[in-house]
Amino acid sequence: MAEYQNIFTQVQVRGAPEWGMDNAEDMMSERAGRPGFSALLGWIGNAQLGPIYLGMWGLISLATGTLWLNIIGFNMLAQVNWDIAEFIRQLFWLALEPPSPQYGLRIPPLDDGGWYIIASLMLLISVCTWWLRVYQLAQMHRMGKHVAWAFAAAIWLFLVLGLLRPILMGSWSEAVPYGIFPHLDWTTAFSIRYGNLYYNPFHALSIVFLYGSVLLFAMHGATILAVSRFGGDRELEQIVDRGTASERAALFWRWTMGFNATMEGIHRWAWWFAVLTPITGGIGILLTGTVVDNWFIWAQEHNFAPAYDGPWGYEAYQGNGG
Amino acid sequence: MLPKWFDSWNRNNPRDVFGPGIIVGVVGAGLIGAWIVVTWGGALATVSTQTGPRGTGMSVPEFAAAAARPDPTAAAYSSTPPVVPQPGDPLARDAIADAEPLLADLTVANYGRVVAAMREWTGIPTLFDGEETYQTVVARRMIEMTRTLNEAWSGHVNAYADDGTDAGVNCFTCHRGEPVPSGVWFGTPPVTQATAGWASVQNRVTLTSQYTSLPSDALEKYLVDGAQITVHDLAARVETTPDLPTWQNTERTFALMNYFANSLGVNCVFCHNSRAFYAGQGEVTAQWSNASLGIQMVLELNNDWLAPIAADLPAARLGPLGDGPKAACNTCHKGHQRPMGGADMISDWPELASSAPPAPPPPAPEPAPGTAPQTPAEEAPAEPPAGQPAQD
Repeated sequence: MAEYQNIFTQVQVRGAPEWGMDNAEDMMSERAGRPGFSALLGWIGNAQLGPIYLGMWGLISLATGTLWLNIIGFNMLAQVNWDIAEFIRQLFWLALEPPSPQYGLRIPPLDDGGWYIIASLMLLISVCTWWLRVYQLAQMHRMGKHVAWAFAAAIWLFLVLGLLRPILMGSWSEAVPYGIFPHLDWTTAFSIRYGNLYYNPFHALSIVFLYGSVLLFAMHGATILAVSRFGGDRELEQIVDRGTASERAALFWRWTMGFNATMEGIHRWAWWFAVLTPITGGIGILLTGTVVDNWFIWAQEHNFAPAYDGPWGYEAYQGNGG
Repeated sequence: MLPKWFDSWNRNNPRDVFGPGIIVGVVGAGLIGAWIVVTWGGALATVSTQTGPRGTGMSVPEFAAAAARPDPTAAAYSSTPPVVPQPGDPLARDAIADAEPLLADLTVANYGRVVAAMREWTGIPTLFDGEETYQTVVARRMIEMTRTLNEAWSGHVNAYADDGTDAGVNCFTCHRGEPVPSGVWFGTPPVTQATAGWASVQNRVTLTSQYTSLPSDALEKYLVDGAQITVHDLAARVETTPDLPTWQNTERTFALMNYFANSLGVNCVFCHNSRAFYAGQGEVTAQWSNASLGIQMVLELNNDWLAPIAADLPAARLGPLGDGPKAACNTCHKGHQRPMGGADMISDWPELASSAPPAPPPPAPEPAPGTAPQTPAEEAPAEPPAGQPAQD
């Protein structure tokens, strides 16, 4: 069977659980949980589960994140009179909504967005402390901070949606509801309210980077799997000691499209495409309603969208062959 | 059984026949399937109606089978043409005790015809039998309402008069044989007691939200309170204009639009250009104009005609907030672009088409001495019967 016909990892390494480095950073004492092995996990990644390093930031993050989730859940439960069956039945419809528009940036009553503000504060703390944890762990491992900065790009979009844009708009009611269908309602209404978000060039850029990320991920994953029989999955070694796998992969793409990334460069492509998705998206959201109020009209004024100047009405198409 | 050379040849030439067999089978089945769909027609064939100039992507697709299926409730409709008044025909007011005053100027034959039809259309067999029940009171109001719809709102109920049909409305357009028409709606109480404000009007499966998580109060706000349906700012950049619509207004409008689409069996681009839902640069479709007229019509129906009758209705006919039933698109349209498929509902029913009193029948001729009073058929009045709408 050919290598690519597997969707699961083919090799599982088992031995004594790996505990990682025990260095001067006192990392050993913060490690929690006894490591174990799982064949199921091994199919999709490393078979070893644990130990985990939470640290101070991780604990704060988990606590506030749990509070955020529970505030939402109990608010939903209260909305259905504490009826568990109704809670399950209406779960996708229920939401913790932001305050009504009349409260502006003031603190609203608990039952009209107050709980939303509290939950959002918890989520803000939770996400930011998780970012600190990511940064701290990278520092401990003497790694670059690439993961932290990529995560920060996502946090930028999160902050724009829930903090920066509501403040610029002067109302917490501009924030996104916490609910399955309701947050989709918000998304649709947001696009329609501002004259069709598809004509927002930053939205367009964000889509380019999002779909580009998908394409790059598929190309890179496929390329490495395709040359793994020549050792191509040893990517880091191949960056500095280019072997036959790299040569074949490079040749394949150069003969396909005239250009090829390198074992190093492809990861920079991937990182920037991923990071630029929320960065451009966040810019687009931040400009919406604060600077631009109707993207379709804006796009027509800037020759970004064509103005329809043909005839309109029944007589324009009825009986004329459409 | 098989010859020895065949078995030995197979033994010496092992070959994987299953791999190619599976490929040939899959490709062959796909080809046959495609051939069946192309030549026999797909079970899910669609038809589409173009609703705007080409290149604007405006069309309403439907499953061909569903589009061909007529409104099942329309089949029970029956209609009888008016009886042309003859000279000397007695009037209902003179001949029938307790004749309904609104219809009393009709001849006896036509009075009986109208009352019988109304009983059948509404499924109320005792309607106008002389007793002053709440149904009589409501029916009286409904006759006046129907006349107003056909006269004052002809622009909506006869919107397609130029294609040869003269639809109009009568009792059956909404009632379809039921005392309470399908598609009436009531105000939705706050969906939860645990919240206030914006959170209390949405995020619940309700009839008025069309089972979405959108606001449940859209019909109340826009089709009773007359709130302005507003979504966009038509300036590209933010200017300091107060009272700009918020995304909350958009969500409520979206709930209303879901109701419109479901009531008429159409999608957004039946009326709107998908590039931008507002009508900019004169891109207002005829459908949009007609729907806007319909909104004004429904506002009048709910506020001027239906709200007052709530006081006459028994408690069982009231909604959870104690409000009376209200009308909107679905009450007449019932999922179709044109109620009753655009059938002519009014030519047979001049009594419901106009609030003008019917002209009295011509006086009986003086009987000539010695001859029986007799009017030959060919001397019947040639002009349309009184009360019939003027035909252009």
